[in-house]
Amino acid sequence: MEIKQVPPQVTKENIPDEWFTPREKNKNEQERLARPSLSYWKDAWRRLSKNYLAMSGLVFIVILIFMAIFGPILSPYEASTGVLSMQYQPPSAEHWFGTDNAGRDVFTRTWEGARISLFVGFMAALIDVTIGIIWGGISGYKGGRTDNVMMRIIEILYGIPYLLVVILLLVVLGPSLMTIIIALTVTGWVGMARIVRGQVMQIKNYEYILASKAFGTKTSRIIRRGLLPNSMGPIIVQMTLTVPSAIFAEAFLSFIGLGISSPNASWGVMANDSLGAILSGNWWTLFFPAFFISLTMFAFNVLGDGLQDALDPKLRK
Amino acid sequence: MLKYILKKLLIMLFTLWIIITLTFVLMVSVPGSPFNSESSSNEIVQQNLEKHYNLDKPMHIQYLLYLKSVVTFDFGPSIKQPNQTVNDLLGRGFPISAELGIVTIIVALISGITLGILAALRHNRIIDYAAMAIAVLGISIPNFILATLLIQQLSVNWGIFPVATWKSWSHMVLPVLALATGPMAIIARLTRSTMLEVLTQDYIKMARAKGLAPWKIIVKHALRNALMPVVTIMGTLFVGIMTGSFVIEQIFAIPGMGKYFVESINHRDFPVIMGTTVFYSSFLIIMLFLVDIAYGILDPRIKVNNKEGD
Amino acid sequence: MEKILEVTDLHVTFATYGGTVQAVRGVDFHLNKGETLAIVGESGCGKSVTVNAIMRLIPNPPGRITNGKILFKGQDLTKLKEKKMRSIRGVDISMIFQDPMTALNPTLTIGNQLMEGLKQHHDVTDKEAKRRALEMLDLVGIPNPEERLKQYPHQFSGGMRQRIVIAIALICEPELLIADEPTTALDVTIQAQILELFERIQEVTGVSIILITHDLGVVAKIADRVAVMYAGKIIETGMKREIFYRPQHPYTKGLLESVPRLDTKGKLQPIEGTPPDLFSPPTGCPFTARCPFAMEVCDKVYPESTAMSDSHTVNCWLQDERAKKVLATMATN
Repeated sequence: MEIKQVPPQVTKENIPDEWFTPREKNKNEQERLARPSLSYWKDAWRRLSKNYLAMSGLVFIVILIFMAIFGPILSPYEASTGVLSMQYQPPSAEHWFGTDNAGRDVFTRTWEGARISLFVGFMAALIDVTIGIIWGGISGYKGGRTDNVMMRIIEILYGIPYLLVVILLLVVLGPSLMTIIIALTVTGWVGMARIVRGQVMQIKNYEYILASKAFGTKTSRIIRRGLLPNSMGPIIVQMTLTVPSAIFAEAFLSFIGLGISSPNASWGVMANDSLGAILSGNWWTLFFPAFFISLTMFAFNVLGDGLQDALDPKLRK
Repeated sequence: MLKYILKKLLIMLFTLWIIITLTFVLMVSVPGSPFNSESSSNEIVQQNLEKHYNLDKPMHIQYLLYLKSVVTFDFGPSIKQPNQTVNDLLGRGFPISAELGIVTIIVALISGITLGILAALRHNRIIDYAAMAIAVLGISIPNFILATLLIQQLSVNWGIFPVATWKSWSHMVLPVLALATGPMAIIARLTRSTMLEVLTQDYIKMARAKGLAPWKIIVKHALRNALMPVVTIMGTLFVGIMTGSFVIEQIFAIPGMGKYFVESINHRDFPVIMGTTVFYSSFLIIMLFLVDIAYGILDPRIKVNNKEGD
Repeated sequence: MEKILEVTDLHVTFATYGGTVQAVRGVDFHLNKGETLAIVGESGCGKSVTVNAIMRLIPNPPGRITNGKILFKGQDLTKLKEKKMRSIRGVDISMIFQDPMTALNPTLTIGNQLMEGLKQHHDVTDKEAKRRALEMLDLVGIPNPEERLKQYPHQFSGGMRQRIVIAIALICEPELLIADEPTTALDVTIQAQILELFERIQEVTGVSIILITHDLGVVAKIADRVAVMYAGKIIETGMKREIFYRPQHPYTKGLLESVPRLDTKGKLQPIEGTPPDLFSPPTGCPFTARCPFAMEVCDKVYPESTAMSDSHTVNCWLQDERAKKVLATMATN
């Protein structure tokens, strides 16, 4: 776009006569009027990448995933076996994060714990999203009686204090990683189902969905192609926020002795093992698991917040 | 309104029934008789238990008798502490847990709402950023980690507060702090976001156009509407606090219900597990129900549109 | 005639992430006592911002009145302290909003919302306030006012709610009423009723009205004078019949031609194109890009206003002597 600056001395009287001729239509004028349009995902990414807090969360998560995979391999020590004579060594060149009450290397155990935390977190989010999309999608799309019954079931499940159910299940099934994940997802999918239902109910009344219905498109196709892609935003946000709460739940359960148990490494177990140690001043046994679990949850939370802002079409400018 | 309450009541009763049944099914499906384990060393206790739970009778009779015992609030004796019934343990532990829970939720509400309002009114300024930084940290640090860190710093290193037990107000500070931080953060974030949304509403503009004083607009028009969503999550938060207190009571050696519950799990003391689960769930579900009713009273729209009130 | 309001060279800007939006760029108009002025224009042209500036309800930040005067009964509202301004809002100047479904607080009773303005500004007893509220509900035509006072907004229909909003605006007997698209969100039949209500309250109370609308039908029904706004400027203003029968600005003509009418045949003529980007508004006439009569000069210099009559002015280069021959050649093409 070209702006011709007019010298200030131009007044009504001294405007040259030749300016009073029909104006040439500028070719690119019409194109200029249409603002450059970005696709939804590109636009969201652009906004997310400007959010430094969320981006640092993302970077931390990537690093954590890398370390969870390669950390234990790189370390010369075993995570679950230690040398008792090497008990409570402070951080040093050999043991970067020190050693714990059984002489195990805290560095190795931290990444072993990251494996468990991330595995539980991602699995829980994945299972939640699968059940949630199916349940919420059907409930929201069908509406009417189906929706009513499905929502009542959700309402009932929602009322059950989930930690109690989880604990009961763990008591009966016996603690293991799989039990924890099953226990977490038994009630965990409810939140996701509610979100999907809300989205689907909103979107299904839009014209383009009504149009494809009028053409006789199959229901499953409408849900897969029309509804889900357009409700992905809130679903992704909810997934991101499910991960830290699952990580928390695993740590919590391991901490009270219902999840992973010593000598296996989990951040919850490590925190519990070090309860006695903090009184004697061996701070590192608590510090590292505490630091990493908090930072991991922080990273997922800020990423979730950032995604929420980035994916919310209301904020689009 | 009556229809709304009845609907919620029905759902509550149904939820309760599911919890009670679930507990029963899970306990029955534990391999072997739960009372034959090596932990129940006392012969007499075991006979009492078998009798109490009618283990010799067919399953459906067992179930009905179990339902009866729940309704009559008779959870039977403990295995580990032979001279104690589950009711004794509940009677001793529950008041302490409830006290901890109530103090915590009050602290979380007051600090969370204040922080949220301040952040919203100073949107995109330093107070806002600081408040939200505190809030994200509060959500990210697990309560048991915070508890241990607090003990390490404030009790062991600096000696400001007592390490454990439950005797005076100063004993309360650390557990309440550890337990309240998470809910406070959640309340602060929710208050801020709803407050920001409410402040852009037309009725706020209208109130300004009437020439009302700013504090009046905030207190009378904005706050009430902004706090509605906070009321809706109160129930869930309270549930979170009460279950969270399991681990906090463990760490601080507070003789509340959580302590008995965790102990009973570690000892596989099934009557106590069943009793506490049922009692606790009922308590929490009733709390959720009361919050729903409170919400219905606060929001005049619910009285009519209860069909859309989901 | 006594001027109750006089706005001169008003500029309002908004700071956004993408830069500064110049929403209002030098607006002049006045309002006589007891008359109804309609400000017309398409969405985003700055009409709402203009009236919000009069009420000093522009959220700051991001919005700011950067220049200009708003003289209300001789005092400049842009210079007033916020506290003094509060004593004018609702008392001397009131405002009605577009959507009655959102303008009332859902958690407070109608009576409460009606009376709070009165209680804020006047020292009245509860009894007096209630009597006055009942009077107002009666004036705006709400049956069973006694009972209705205790009800909540969701118990009223859209049209009823707009009547209540009007009652709230009028309860302190303001001299100036600003109505921002008061009928846009309503059904057509309800629209007519609300417009009649405006006429009636003006008869009863003698209030002066600024009406913002994009609906020329509304203008035809109740306006005395009309100001046409485009891209943050008023481009033509005049008495209603002058604007409707002798429009001078090509934009005004375009607006009138894009309204369906029963008495003319032929196709509706939409105005091609979209308004300019107010992040970097053009130096010349903002309508140039869409104007069928655009000349080289239009792009470069903004036209001064030309008086067509005592009440009718227009800002367009076509009024210049030198443009006449261009028009003539265009007509032959």
